[in-house]
Amino acid sequence: MKVSITVNGTRQEKDVEPRTLLVHFLRDRLQLTGTNIGCDTSSCGACTIHLDGEAVKSCTMLAAQADGGKVTTIEGLSKDGVMHPMQQAFMENHGLQCGYCTPGMVMASIGLLKENPNPTEEEVRLGLEGNLCRCTGYHNIVKSVLAAAKK
Amino acid sequence: MIPAAFDYKRASSAAEAISLVGQYGDEAKFLAGGHSLIPLMKLRLAQPAMLIDIGRIKDLSYIKDGGDFIAIGALTRHMDVEKSALVLKEVPLLAHAAGYVGDAQVRHRGTIGGSLAHADSASDLPATTLALGATYVVQGPKGERLMAAADFYKGFLESALQPDEMLTEIRVPKMNGAKWGFEKFNRRAQDWAIVGVAAWRSKDASGVALVNMGSTPILATSVSAALKSGASVADAAQLASNEAEPQDDLNASSEYRVHLAKVLVRRALEKASA
Amino acid sequence: MTMTENRQNTVIGTRQLRREDPALLTGEAKFTNDLNLPGALHLSILRSPHAHAKIVSIDTAAAKASPGVIAVYTGAELQSQWAGPMPCAWPVTPDMKNPPHFPLAASKVCYVGDGVVAVLATSESASRDALDLIDVEYKVLKAVVDVEEALSDANIIHEDLGTNKSYTWNLKIEATEGCVENAFQKAAFKVSERYVQQRLLPMAMEPRAVAAVPQPFGGDITLYSSTQIPHILKVMAALTLGIPEHQVRVVAPSVGGGFGSKLDVYAEELLCMALARMHNLPVRWVEERSENSMATIHGRGQVQYVELAADKSGKLTAVRVRIKADMGAYLQLVTPGVPILGAFLYAGVYDIPLAYDFSCDGIFTTLTPTDAYRGAGRPEATYAIECAMDALARQMKIDPLELRKRNFIQKEQFPYTAFSGLTYDSGDHLQAAEKAAGLADYVGIRTKQAKQNVAGAKKRLGIGMTSYFEMCGLAPSRVLASLDYGAGGWEAATVRILPTCKVQVVTGTSPHGQGHETSWAMIASEKLGIPQEDIDVLHSDTAISPLGLDTYGSRSLAVGGVAVAGACDKVIDKARLIAAHQLECSADDLEFAGGVFSVKGSPDRAVPMAAIAFAAFTAHNLPDGLEPNLEAQYSYDPPNFSWPFGTHMCVLEVDTETGKIEILKYVAVDDCGVQINPLIVDGQVHGGVIQGLAQALFEEAVYDSDGNLKTTTLAEYLVPAASDVPSITTAHTVTPSPTNQLGVKGIGEAGTIGAASTVINAIIDALSGLGVTEMPMPASPQTVWRAIQSAAQAK
Repeated sequence: MKVSITVNGTRQEKDVEPRTLLVHFLRDRLQLTGTNIGCDTSSCGACTIHLDGEAVKSCTMLAAQADGGKVTTIEGLSKDGVMHPMQQAFMENHGLQCGYCTPGMVMASIGLLKENPNPTEEEVRLGLEGNLCRCTGYHNIVKSVLAAAKK
Repeated sequence: MIPAAFDYKRASSAAEAISLVGQYGDEAKFLAGGHSLIPLMKLRLAQPAMLIDIGRIKDLSYIKDGGDFIAIGALTRHMDVEKSALVLKEVPLLAHAAGYVGDAQVRHRGTIGGSLAHADSASDLPATTLALGATYVVQGPKGERLMAAADFYKGFLESALQPDEMLTEIRVPKMNGAKWGFEKFNRRAQDWAIVGVAAWRSKDASGVALVNMGSTPILATSVSAALKSGASVADAAQLASNEAEPQDDLNASSEYRVHLAKVLVRRALEKASA
Repeated sequence: MTMTENRQNTVIGTRQLRREDPALLTGEAKFTNDLNLPGALHLSILRSPHAHAKIVSIDTAAAKASPGVIAVYTGAELQSQWAGPMPCAWPVTPDMKNPPHFPLAASKVCYVGDGVVAVLATSESASRDALDLIDVEYKVLKAVVDVEEALSDANIIHEDLGTNKSYTWNLKIEATEGCVENAFQKAAFKVSERYVQQRLLPMAMEPRAVAAVPQPFGGDITLYSSTQIPHILKVMAALTLGIPEHQVRVVAPSVGGGFGSKLDVYAEELLCMALARMHNLPVRWVEERSENSMATIHGRGQVQYVELAADKSGKLTAVRVRIKADMGAYLQLVTPGVPILGAFLYAGVYDIPLAYDFSCDGIFTTLTPTDAYRGAGRPEATYAIECAMDALARQMKIDPLELRKRNFIQKEQFPYTAFSGLTYDSGDHLQAAEKAAGLADYVGIRTKQAKQNVAGAKKRLGIGMTSYFEMCGLAPSRVLASLDYGAGGWEAATVRILPTCKVQVVTGTSPHGQGHETSWAMIASEKLGIPQEDIDVLHSDTAISPLGLDTYGSRSLAVGGVAVAGACDKVIDKARLIAAHQLECSADDLEFAGGVFSVKGSPDRAVPMAAIAFAAFTAHNLPDGLEPNLEAQYSYDPPNFSWPFGTHMCVLEVDTETGKIEILKYVAVDDCGVQINPLIVDGQVHGGVIQGLAQALFEEAVYDSDGNLKTTTLAEYLVPAASDVPSITTAHTVTPSPTNQLGVKGIGEAGTIGAASTVINAIIDALSGLGVTEMPMPASPQTVWRAIQSAAQAK
């Protein structure tokens, strides 16, 4: 089947199998490999992207479900070589180590601040309940998001 | 991680969806937000040959004031239920419970109708709508029928929906200022409840329903009856598991679940009585 | 002069942001499964659904006919590809039993997840679809799940071995024969405890991925793998496949966490290489998460019997330990050695006499093989001694902190030769404990606790602690030899100053989240006086960095970082000769600071490194006999392990109605000697603590009695999220290591080593008034609730 998805501002029309997950569409068809796959049960959030401005797990959607939608991936965040304030906050606060959960974590964090621009620490922790990280113990991720909120 | 192959059709109206499912029969499944179905398909625990995507049926996503009740289109997302000013005002218990489904990403895609039709007793919304005495509107080839939430849940992942029927609207009675409590007990915030409780109480009535205390969501009628006959919250809560048939699983034995249900019903009712 | 004496450090010790981050934050970084390999075939593996079964027959005809399938192989059909079985590099005893282990099972499966059939297809979906079409007939045998039952040999897994016991390893140190037993007989106080270190799934967020790419001519092959050990893997893969070592190149692209689980030589790496050579095409494989749960090594898996003897003041007089260690079905790279890494630490940070009796049985079960997982043997040992110390304090009815103070090795005793003969390089346990007690408000919590934990209290308050020593920085090669480890413990570095005075640092460490690029550049900048931004750090590719022993066991800084410093010294020594030549003075008359050589007492007679670098490149005017170019390779073999230490404390409340734990405060005081980059040190502690805390409260690989893993996904295996864990208060003491020029110790595993016993001790502390004295891990709400119930019934 044909799908047409605007990804990071560029319209992408592709023929896909119906079973193609959105994350496979991004990674395998568009070579946007920044979006990672960490589980098979929608638990880890590594594949989080924005669909029409909202954080969603791209492993739990068919590409067909995103047909006609606007997708932003981690590759689409920086503008003119300058990182998004959330990316900068993660860098400044050592909010990442191995970096595998990071794209999903950043996308989820941006989504979080969009819905709650001035969260408490507890709200940040709860807001990121759907994203797992094995390296940082979350301490500096939470710090990064709080710092980004102040920017 | 890769689902088995299937065919895919997109329905633009409930009528079209019902006609499509009529054509394909048992092989077909409705796809709403997909957040119950797709994970099962990725693990190949579900392998439907045909998916009928109902996610784009625009006129099934709404929240309306129906007079005595709030009418919620089946394809309304959890996030929209959670944030709706109307739901927050008239059925705050439901708004609150919707905020506990999955995680933020899941709530952006998952729908109330999808969650209810999946009929998972471990999910938050089947029990919550049951506690609230909701009515489900079901559309089939012969038209519409209304079904009480109490009549909807038949068994583990099994509802009263016929294969060619579709849940289209959820009618939740207004709470009219009744106080409420919601307890979700789990080990990680993102998980299903080990035991959950949705409860409300007004001057002369109450509703208490349990999450994950049996193969279906459980209406704790003994608790409400005891309250009605003047029992204290603490005493009524001791009856929490009278209607339940909890199972053992990785996180809890049935014995522990029964204990938790009593504690959590008491806590929920204490909030609903505060 | 060591750098710790030289207080002019300008780079070391500063919080430098990581140079690794921009690529990882923008999606530019490439993990193995991100590599674009046109024409690559995809490998999928059919795995055993049984824990223990004979393979009766395999029908692959339908799979072979499936669209996109190129080939299907059984274990028997691939047997000729292997020059030898998969390696175990740590034969801990001469008579250790090690069953042959091949990438695919040929006649018998020994755990759920054991590979049975390999499918190659043109796409991932095609190879996955074909798995569903393979028909394997099994004759199911009885599973062997319990490690202590396995020891009865009622049901032998590897028939040829005649037993389920792989080895018994003893460490008995007695001042006089029989003194351990004597100490127990004379002891004023004795504790005898049994602890279970549950199996854990490492759950690096990046599942493993492999791609093997044969060169079109000549037989060379490149293996891309999400591995921690490209160098070790290269040697082992060459040997196992019978390929000349120089024809194998191993590259670890960005690696998404390891925690020991990628410290191995895996079937899939060997399969991809063999199949790529057979088909002369790239072959790739990526692990699904539920596959990762079964096919990647597990951690922990020990039953511990710990006995402490103490005199009437609580001073320890003897330690006796018996371990039943679950090897799983086969011995992976260092499986048998993991409990041995803990063998020296069951006396913890305490000054004990020569009265120590340790013995460990390594035992086969029909479960996934275990191997090193963050801390590897040392968290288990620390848990045992620290929980046993609390048990002793309860028996003596004294404060557990006070008991520890009575037993600490004192600051003045360092360097301290332990009962084992190992020398602890430096430490100050009292200082660390007092600092932690201050930050946790130990005294205040005790006062509050006395008020709060009264009869009928719904929420009970507890505080728990751990003082730990970590034996890390693996390791002195000669010590490893004495432990029968199959390799050395050195690390290599090359420092190359390019003609324009830019620097390449080549390291044999293989980072996967630890920030080596940033830290190694800091070390080189400090040493060479060249700005960090002019220094590049190269790693994780055996063609670029041919020598190395990789990253595990908190060794990278304490061995690899010191190697970088040593290579800088060699480069400076050579540059000094060129500078002396240019300045027409004796090399001894030169001092080097800030990247400039100058004549002592005549600072205007000076030459900067940039001029020397260019002179070394042009070679127009070098001292006679001096080789052109400015480059040095240095291999550092440490004289000792490094011994980080610290004290952790946890304050928590237990909801006695539900058993749920709420952590109110977690304090980690860690001493890793000199810190290169405190930002990274804190990050390592945070992550380690949460991993240890997750063992205490959340995680367990649960098996049923048939050997089926019940926690195969991240929905069932409870890696906690941000919402489920607390913030961490970190603090440090700084006791430089005297054994290396940077004064550094490792920090990668410290958090994990300290955390589990800290949390469990706090829970028992909260509930001891109710009669609770034991708390199995993970202390799930149900487990805690049950402990409260059974204590109430026992009363």
